[in-house]
Amino acid sequence: MSEIQNGRGLSLVPKSDVKLGMKDFKSDQEVRWCPGCGDYAILAAVQSFVPELGLKRENMVFVSGIGCSSRFPYYMNTYGFHSIHGRAPAIATGLAASRPDLSVWVITGDGDALSIGGNHLIHALRRNVNLNILLFNNRIYGLTKGQYSPTSEIGKITKSTPMGSLDKPFNPVSLAIGAEASFVARTIDSDRKHLQSVLREAAEHRGTSLVEIYQNCNIFNDNAFEQLKDPAQRDDITLRLEHGQPIVSASKAVRRAADGGIEVVPRAEVREDEILVHDAHRADPSLAFALSRLDEPAFEHVPIGVFRSVERPSYDELMAGQLEEAVGDRGRGDLDDLLLAGDTWRIG
Amino acid sequence: MTKQVQQLDRVIIRFAGDSGDGMQLTGDRFTAGTAEFGNDLSTLPNFPAEIRAPAGTLPGVSSFQLHFADHDILTPGDAPNVLVAMNPAALKANLGDLPRGADIIANTDEFTKRNLQKVGYDGNPLEDDSLAEWRLHPVPLTSLTVKALEGFTLSKKDAERSKNMFALGLLSWLYHRPTEATIQFLENKFAKKPDIAKANIAAFQAGWNYGETTESFSVSYEVKPAKLPPGVYRNISGNQALAYGLIAASVQAKLPLFLGSYPITPASDILHELSKHKRFGIRTFQAEDEIAGVGAALGAAFGGALGVTTTSGPGVALKAETVGLAVTTELPLLVVDVQRAGPSTGMPTKTEQTDLLMAMFGRNGESPLPIVAPSTPSDCFDAAIEAARLAVKYRTPVMLLSDGYLANGSEPWKVPSAAELPDISTEFATGPNGEDGVTFLPFKRDAETLARPWAIPGTAGLEHRIGGIEKAENTGNISYDPGNHDKMVRLRQAKIDGIAQDIPPLEVDDPDGDARVLVIGWGSTYGPIAAAVRRIRKSGGKVAQAHLRHLNPLPANTGEVLRAYDKVLLPEINLGQLALLLRARFLVDIISYNRVRGLPFKAEELAGVIQDVIDSE
Repeated sequence: MSEIQNGRGLSLVPKSDVKLGMKDFKSDQEVRWCPGCGDYAILAAVQSFVPELGLKRENMVFVSGIGCSSRFPYYMNTYGFHSIHGRAPAIATGLAASRPDLSVWVITGDGDALSIGGNHLIHALRRNVNLNILLFNNRIYGLTKGQYSPTSEIGKITKSTPMGSLDKPFNPVSLAIGAEASFVARTIDSDRKHLQSVLREAAEHRGTSLVEIYQNCNIFNDNAFEQLKDPAQRDDITLRLEHGQPIVSASKAVRRAADGGIEVVPRAEVREDEILVHDAHRADPSLAFALSRLDEPAFEHVPIGVFRSVERPSYDELMAGQLEEAVGDRGRGDLDDLLLAGDTWRIG
Repeated sequence: MTKQVQQLDRVIIRFAGDSGDGMQLTGDRFTAGTAEFGNDLSTLPNFPAEIRAPAGTLPGVSSFQLHFADHDILTPGDAPNVLVAMNPAALKANLGDLPRGADIIANTDEFTKRNLQKVGYDGNPLEDDSLAEWRLHPVPLTSLTVKALEGFTLSKKDAERSKNMFALGLLSWLYHRPTEATIQFLENKFAKKPDIAKANIAAFQAGWNYGETTESFSVSYEVKPAKLPPGVYRNISGNQALAYGLIAASVQAKLPLFLGSYPITPASDILHELSKHKRFGIRTFQAEDEIAGVGAALGAAFGGALGVTTTSGPGVALKAETVGLAVTTELPLLVVDVQRAGPSTGMPTKTEQTDLLMAMFGRNGESPLPIVAPSTPSDCFDAAIEAARLAVKYRTPVMLLSDGYLANGSEPWKVPSAAELPDISTEFATGPNGEDGVTFLPFKRDAETLARPWAIPGTAGLEHRIGGIEKAENTGNISYDPGNHDKMVRLRQAKIDGIAQDIPPLEVDDPDGDARVLVIGWGSTYGPIAAAVRRIRKSGGKVAQAHLRHLNPLPANTGEVLRAYDKVLLPEINLGQLALLLRARFLVDIISYNRVRGLPFKAEELAGVIQDVIDSE
């Protein structure tokens, strides 16, 4: 089992001289989500967690696309850029690739990241740009008032699908692993402790970290994740992914299946040494992918936590490396030399 | 045999062959020799979008035209004096442009029955009387090349591939071009394949010697060097000049250059060129699509870089939403549009001026931005610096409208020294700008330029949020207030309009000051218009000329200039886009001349149009 080097994701970001608190990260803007929206819990969790990173506030940037969740940057007292539908990963890529001294966060939703912005998301992931992408997944379009989204379940009855939606949904974690992501996690808006622990790992990861956050839209898709919140069943459904620990819920366990895959079985039926031990740092992504499929078809058991966290050079490091190499080989560029390079001739 | 040498003041040569025949390389090398010799020159490459269209067919013909002279010239020339036709398709595709009496050098080896049939020749035009109006020089270029390379261990196919160098050698002899640079070039190009280098050099020299000894060519020609202003010169294409201009802009603005780009014809060479110059701290990012290219450039601009995206028309269409975001967030951004024939995919390798109105209005909402257009290949250098100056100073996206003709055409360029270039640097915000001395107002404007502060992440105390939602004046907070929106729309417009005070007035070239007809243009039509104007004046006609470099805002005196003439003629390679703007703005009855053939205007054509307008006075 490999060990990751912790904290490298923030190594180039200057540290704050003073101790900052939650109030330092609250902007003076009135928060305008619907009362009861899961976004409030995520905002509070982020605002209370970021001071722990000890970074200079001015070196943090929140970039978002369009949608309910994308209003997020307005409420953070850092630098912020509320951009265009789907394009936040592209804009953040330019920023992060040219400014390794920044901690750049992308705030996006299931429509923003997976529908209109799907292309930018997968390319940011494969490049491993130094970004933390928080994907608020409420499985519905909120800001446009309730159409089905790319994570809505098949047959979803919405304003635009009165007879039920026809499209198979994306599984964001599977998608990210398929897109060569180096860090993929899932958490839930109502579990602040878990949410913050995942965010901490994401922040410290160098490269792109994708965190899917199950988020409740109480207006258009209320109780979408109720099984995971209901005290009567949540502990049975939720499979905790912790590196080096067996993958279990209160009553279930994950083990290797006879056909070479993995399966969820009653905990009582397996020996302790049969239970699959989670290795988030495994170079080969196939086991993490298999874990991401366990919630199919309908939330009978849902893995929560860091699916995958592997070391890979980040895009900004590689880009800066080429610049340094070019200067190292031939020195810093000189404009007069450049303009006069090649075939020239003199007149007069 | 002593051969006659004839003096000429200018020559137009067109090399034409199959797209696999290496005509662009041949043209480039002849151009380099010509530049080295000291002639003034102008080039026009013309090639299909297909990398290898079916061999020997009309759509597969690729050509390169070069005009060189002992005086300063303005265009690649209307009609070739010499056509080098490497196969029947090249002859057929280009014969229509050839004036009576011009020379045709045809590669007889390729005039086989099959090749002739491919392009619809019933007989062999080299053998019947159909080319009697021209001076035909039949040369078995392929077999002569193969024969010259007999001593080399090359396949027949590889030997045949050197036929373009044989042709180059022959033409170099015919026009007294220096040979050393081409030999050096071939040695460098094939440094890793010395056999191929030697074969190409041998073919080149064999071509030269063939000219010297054969009786097919009894005369060779000399074009004396041109008298150009003193200085150091190099030959440069529009795309290369534009790339160098962007590098110079980065140096002169003291900002790191970030290019976000997606490959597209005919703009890709700018991406290629900039990616070679990482020593200048340039980051080039080949994005997943056009939208990501401009998005990344804008993100980098937010972080304090000179953000640039390069594309052609279809890419501008895709980038529109992000350019609108740059308009409303008031961040510097350079959008380079190397225009090509549209709509849609159109004709990717052919030129056009059809994106002006898209640059002007192709975004939702009131979203004004400055537009700058270079007029010649080398002017792309200065235009890029000017576009960057406006972007940085006014915190705005700027559209730079080059086109395929400028991009691939080339001309000698008097190389400036870095010390002569303008300082276009700006200041980032460093502290509060509110009257209370502690508040930072990201949308408080400079009284003179109306530009807002550029406060980059990493600056303590200036944390702020920007975005696409309408912003309250000064604070930049989200605002849906009707009065505020009206005010912000007008402020953004006023900022761009005010640039008219910061650009040079429109200059008119009217030597005697008594012309009654003005011909005005913009962008790449400068050369053909100026050449046409020269012809009119040479024949005693009177015409004034003005050329717009800034299309938005227009120079402050534009209306005054237009109204000072009885008639105003505006040739454009579109259906009258600038004419529409000028008519709307100044209520002047512009006479449009429009051709949209994917090719630049010809000087003779425009001279005729100007003469007609003068005669109708």
